[in-house]
Amino acid sequence: MTKSVRKNTEQYLHLYKQMVRIRTFEENANQLYLNAKMPGLTHMYIGQEAVAVGICEALDSTDRITSTHRGHGHCLAKGAEFKQMFCELLGKAEGYCRGKGGSMHIADQDNGNLGANAIVGGSMGIATGAALSAKLLGTKTVAVCFFGDGATAQGLWYEVMNMAALWQLPVIYACENNGYSEYTPTSEIAAGSLKARAEAFGIESHKVDGQDVLAVHALTQGLVNRLRNGEGPFFIELETYRYHGHHVGDINRSYYRTKDEETAWQKDRDPITNFGRWLEEQDIASSEELSEIISGIHAEAEEAVQYAIDAPYPNHDEVDTHVFAGVKHALPYISGDSNGS
Amino acid sequence: MDREITHSQAVNEAIAEEMRRDSTVILLGEDVAEAGTPFKVLSGLVEEFGTERVIDTPIAEPGFMGIAVGAAMTGMRPIVDIMFGDFLFLIMDQLCNQAAKTHYMSGGKLNVPLVVRTNLGATRRSAAQHSQSLHALVAHIPGLKVALPATPYEAKGLLKTAIRDDNPVVIFEDKLSYQMKGNVPEEEYLIEFGQANLLREGNDVTLIGTSSMVQTCVAASDLLAEEGMSAEVMDPRTIVPLDERAILESVRKTSRAVVVDEGHQNYGITAEIAARISEKAFYHLDAPIIRLGAMDVPVPFSPALEDLTVPTPELVAEKALSICRGELVHDA
Ligand SMILES: Cc1ncc(C[n+]2csc(CCOP(=O)(O)OP(=O)(O)O)c2C)c(N)n1
Ligand SMILES: [Mg+2]
Repeated sequence: MTKSVRKNTEQYLHLYKQMVRIRTFEENANQLYLNAKMPGLTHMYIGQEAVAVGICEALDSTDRITSTHRGHGHCLAKGAEFKQMFCELLGKAEGYCRGKGGSMHIADQDNGNLGANAIVGGSMGIATGAALSAKLLGTKTVAVCFFGDGATAQGLWYEVMNMAALWQLPVIYACENNGYSEYTPTSEIAAGSLKARAEAFGIESHKVDGQDVLAVHALTQGLVNRLRNGEGPFFIELETYRYHGHHVGDINRSYYRTKDEETAWQKDRDPITNFGRWLEEQDIASSEELSEIISGIHAEAEEAVQYAIDAPYPNHDEVDTHVFAGVKHALPYISGDSNGS
Repeated sequence: MDREITHSQAVNEAIAEEMRRDSTVILLGEDVAEAGTPFKVLSGLVEEFGTERVIDTPIAEPGFMGIAVGAAMTGMRPIVDIMFGDFLFLIMDQLCNQAAKTHYMSGGKLNVPLVVRTNLGATRRSAAQHSQSLHALVAHIPGLKVALPATPYEAKGLLKTAIRDDNPVVIFEDKLSYQMKGNVPEEEYLIEFGQANLLREGNDVTLIGTSSMVQTCVAASDLLAEEGMSAEVMDPRTIVPLDERAILESVRKTSRAVVVDEGHQNYGITAEIAARISEKAFYHLDAPIIRLGAMDVPVPFSPALEDLTVPTPELVAEKALSICRGELVHDA
C-alpha cells in the first residue's frame, strides 16, 4: 500500500459508503413504489452513484448544488439523512420539505442542496445565481449544477453559460450523460458535441468516466480548488448509465434499449462493485468489511423506511402555509388579512 | 354507431383522421414518436405517418414551439405536444407574443393555424410542477382559443375542430381521464367551438363545470337530488369562445349558479364566468354566485394535503345546497 493510499483510507471508505447509501435508498424507494406505499412516481438514480458521490465529496456543506428529477443521489451525497428523505417521499410532515415537495422537489438547505427540480433544465439559472451570490458575498463557496444529457437541449443553459463565463462565476455545470432522455437515445436529441458547446463560451470542459468514483472525485477536487481561487466556470460531462427505467413505472424498455446493453453496464461498469474490488486489491478493506458496511446501511434504511411509514402526515392546516414567506396562512392573507393568521 | 373508447384513443383517432385528411398536419413534441408520449396517447401514429410528420424533439419547448409558429405561418398545421400543462410557462413568449398576435399585427395577412395539446389536473401525487391547471393564463390572451374537453367524445370532436381552425388553439386534456371510457361515434364528427353541453336539466341551481370538474358537478347533482334539489349541469367545452348565451339562459331559469373549475380560484375561469352572469343576469339571481376553483396554493405533494386543494362533489353539493336554502354563504 502506498503512503497516499493509506492516508486517504478513511475518505475512500466514505466514498464507498456514500455510494452504497444511495443504492440502498433507491432500492427501498423502488420497493415502496412496488408495494404501493409511495404516492406518485419516482426516478431511480441506481447506476449513477459515482457521479453524485465523486462530485459532492469534493464540496463543503456550505457549497451549493442544484439537482434534478433524478435527485435522490445528489441529496444523499450532499449529506442528507435517510429518515427525512423517506418521510418526504411518503409525503410525511417530518420530510425535508414537510411533505410538500416529494421526490421531485427534495431539498436540504442545511447541506447546501437547493433542491431537485421537475422542470428539465429548470435549475440551471438557480445554480448560476448561487455562484453569483457566492462571488458578490465573497463566501468562497462554489455551486454545482447537476443536469442530464436531455437538459442540454434547453436554451436556458446557453444563456447562463454565457453570463457565467463573462462574469467568471464559481460554478460547475455537471452533465450526467446517461445515454437517454426519457425514452430517446442522446444521439437523437443532441447535435455535435456537448463539450464543444461549453467550450464555445470559453469554458474549460472535461469528459470523465462517470462510473469511476476516484476519477470523478479527483477531477472535481481540482476544479473546486481553482473555483475557490477565482477561476471558472467549468463544464464536466460524466459518462454514466441508469440501470432502471426512466421512472419506476418504465418497465418495458426493449423498444428503446436492449437488455444486453443494460446487462453489460451492470456487469462490467458498476461503480460500487468496481470500487469495492479496488479497495480490496489495495488492502484498504477486506470483502468482509465491505459486506459489513453494506449490511449496516441496509439495516439503517430498513429502520428509516419503517419510521417513515409510521410517521404522521402533515396537519390539514399546513396546506396554505409556506406560500409566502412571512405569512402564516395564505388564504386569509390573499383576501386582505395582513397577518394571514 | 356508438362504441366505447378511452379518452386517450379518442385523441389518437382525432389526430390520425386529420393527418390522413390533410398532409400539412404534423406533430411535434418530446417522445411523441416511438414512445407515443409518457401517457401512451399517441401510440401507433409514427408507424402510420413516419418520422417526417411525427417528430420527436429534444427537450426544448420554447424552440420547437417557435418552430411550430413559423411552420404554421408558412403552410403547415402543427400540433405541438406539451407533455405537462406546467411546461406552458416555458413556451409563453412563442405562444402569447408570437402565435396569438401574428394575425392581428399583420392586419389579417398571416395565419397561425396550430394546436397546442397539453393537459391539466392534480391529485396524481405529482407535486407543484406537474399538476397545474393553467388554462386561465392562456384564456387571458386575445387571439388564442381554448378548449377543455371533458369526455372522450369531446376530446375527439374538439381536437378535430382545433386542427382545422386557422388560429392557435390550446386544448387541455384532463390527465386523470386518459383511461376513462365513453361513447364515441364511429362516423366522423366535429364539435363546434362555443357550444356548451347541457348534461342535466334542473330547476334549482346551475352547476357550471369545466374539464375535470364536469364529472364532479354531475356527481354533485346526484347528491343534490338526494336532498330534493334539481341541478342543471353545464359544460362550456370551450372557454374562448364561451357560450355565454347557454349559461345565461340556464341561470335565468334556475336563478342560482355554482361555477367549478380546476384552475386556481384567484383571478380564474370561475371568476370570469361568475362576473359575466352577474353582469348579464343580475336581476334573475336569487343568491350570490359561488366560485369553486383549486385552492390558491401551489399543488402540494403529500396526499393528505393535495386532496384538500381540488373541489369535490361533496363540496359542490354543500355550497349549492346552502344557496338553494337561502343560507348566508358569505360573511356579511
Ligand atoms: C421542461 C420539461 N420538459 C419535459 C419534461 C419531462 N421530462 C422529465 S425527465 C425528462 C428527460 C430528461 O432527460 P435527462 O436530462 O437526460 O435526465 P435523465 O432523466 O436521463 O436523468 C423529460 C423529457 C420536464 N420534466 N420538464
Ligand atoms: Mg439522460
